[in-house]
Amino acid sequence: MTHPMPDATGHFGRFGGRFMPEALIAPLDELEDCWRTAMADDAFTGEFRRLLSEYGGLPSLLYDASRFSEVVGARVLLKREDLNHTGAHKIRNVLGQALLTQRMGKKRVIAETGAGQHGVAAATACAYFGLECVVYMGEVDTERQALNVARMKMLGAEVVPVASGSRTLKDAINEALRDWVANVDSTHYLLGTAAGAHPFPAMVRDFTRGIGDEARAQSLELLGRLPDGALACVGGGSNAIGLFAAFVDDPDVRLFGFEAGGDGFETGRHAATISAGEVGVLHGTRSFLLQDEDGQTVESHSISAGLDYPGVGPEHAWLADTGRASYRPITDAQAMDAMVVLAKTEGIIPAIESAHALAGAYDVATELGPDATLVVCLSGRGDKDMVTAATWFDLVDLSDVVEDVVEDAVGDLS
Amino acid sequence: MTSVGPTVVAARADGRAALIGYLPAGFPTVEGSIALMQALVDGGVDVVEVGLPYSDPVIDGPTIQAAAETALAAGSRTTDVFHVVEATAARVPTLVMTYWNPVQRYGVERFAADLAAAGGAGLITPDLIPDEAGDWVTAADRHDLDKVFLVAPSSRSERLRLAAEHCRGFVYATAVMGVTGARDETSSAAPGLVRRLREVTDLPVGVGLGVSSGAQAAEVASYADAVIVGSALVRTVLDAAGLDEAVESVTKLTRELAGGARGELRGPAQS
Ligand SMILES: Cc1ncc(COP(=O)(O)O)c(C=O)c1O
Repeated sequence: MTHPMPDATGHFGRFGGRFMPEALIAPLDELEDCWRTAMADDAFTGEFRRLLSEYGGLPSLLYDASRFSEVVGARVLLKREDLNHTGAHKIRNVLGQALLTQRMGKKRVIAETGAGQHGVAAATACAYFGLECVVYMGEVDTERQALNVARMKMLGAEVVPVASGSRTLKDAINEALRDWVANVDSTHYLLGTAAGAHPFPAMVRDFTRGIGDEARAQSLELLGRLPDGALACVGGGSNAIGLFAAFVDDPDVRLFGFEAGGDGFETGRHAATISAGEVGVLHGTRSFLLQDEDGQTVESHSISAGLDYPGVGPEHAWLADTGRASYRPITDAQAMDAMVVLAKTEGIIPAIESAHALAGAYDVATELGPDATLVVCLSGRGDKDMVTAATWFDLVDLSDVVEDVVEDAVGDLS
Repeated sequence: MTSVGPTVVAARADGRAALIGYLPAGFPTVEGSIALMQALVDGGVDVVEVGLPYSDPVIDGPTIQAAAETALAAGSRTTDVFHVVEATAARVPTLVMTYWNPVQRYGVERFAADLAAAGGAGLITPDLIPDEAGDWVTAADRHDLDKVFLVAPSSRSERLRLAAEHCRGFVYATAVMGVTGARDETSSAAPGLVRRLREVTDLPVGVGLGVSSGAQAAEVASYADAVIVGSALVRTVLDAAGLDEAVESVTKLTRELAGGARGELRGPAQS
């Protein structure tokens, strides 16, 4: 069954739409046109499927995590997106959009990145397709995430540090939009999550919905029925909407999104956009937003760079508004604990983003009872987070060592 | 309220283009910005465009971004914009240029009411397209305010028509595909865009983005009804050593631009 949302003008109820300079309406129309005809073209969808399988390593496993389940108190099935090429669900979106870039005859791709995960994925797809790739990254983040800067450079991408505003992800998006407006004829803006102006939220969902479609079929095969809950972390919302899309029309499957609660909801230092934000407009869409009294964007905080964004995709805002999905904050500490528990019970080190969903499973298990089966999206692997984890847990003082190694590596590549 | 439309039309009848000068409210401070707006009027703008500083100005280049950051860091608030408008609206029609979120947050109806009460003429909305502007159109019409939407070289004719149908005052044609910022060359796309607009509307057309000198203003004045200048004015303020110097250089640049808009073709002012 196809998803009924958004409407023809890109609205999910009172959310979504296009809050963009008029100059970008023509390229957004062009993109929407291209995407709609591509999705109706068997040659395109066949090529997308082939790429996901031969290059991306998909479909990903649905893994019965029995030892972790014992700790959680309900049966947990992990959707193993961490095993995908580049180590996260993001490969689905970038391959889809890179194919569209080719179809539009464009040769240059720009992308934003926070921690560098989407930047690495975009650089990967561009290397594969022979496209020029420019990644905008907040200056603060290029310093915090030097290893991913090295990865992107190795893949042939140019990384542009953004020094404006708060010098983080939201400013990288601003800068990418400024580039796009000046270079629309040659350039596709490969947005990294299910947010932004129409058609991005719906398009990114359609490229990531394999997460849910696969998990649904795998659940039916494994259990003979659907799971009781589907759980995912929510930054901009691409892995969560990719999971939820397959279950939205199954009223018995409860949907849970977990936002970054940072230092704790009450401290104000968090990225729990739906739980704590108010309706607003940012980066082309109307959704929930962390903002001050005057509508100025407020900086978000999370130990997980991939969730550290003051906005959220409009479809999540709508699912929250209608009550179809629930969104809850998970603190840094809760996520880090769940990260270790999974590592020690299953031998799987999750991304800190994904650990928010794992941590969320505890309360959901209590609510739904021990007989419940929960599909949890393990959106990415934790290798990228080892410096953060080592520092958090005081495992070893890895940070200095790693930073030195990275500085050398980046120096050699640039 | 006073629409800017008649002012622009009157300038045309005078055989010149109207000059619209932009500076952000609260830059470098609220009092400072009021002095600078007065300098715009003293220098000869026909319309003042007061910017509302915003944290995420996606269509602005580095110059206006820097000004917005300065204003916000100095504690500029949404309500300050109404004080600044009040200060100039008695002398020339005054528009506010704002990204949409601050208006939505303030309340669209409340914003329109307070702007009208301050004597403001209306809004220029760079990230609000008519398709999404239902609330604003209702509020603007209720409070008799101008609605200035933008068009771009990439806009196809049905979008030009849509924008024109929703505009009151004038239509804002962005001369280039890009962000705000002074440019050395004038746009080659702008004359064609204005020509295409004239085919679908009788409203006056203002052209902005990139105009920085009297000579460029004169060139734009040869095909548009209004010349809009922002970054070049902000630049002179950023470069000035203090407020007095800024007031002086804004007045001087505005005079040069106004001369250009009158069709007095001359190069950059001699020192
Ligand atoms: C592993 C992983 N999971 C989740 C996210 C959050 O993004 P989204 O909410 O779009 O899935 C990221 C973003 O970088 C990520 O790297």
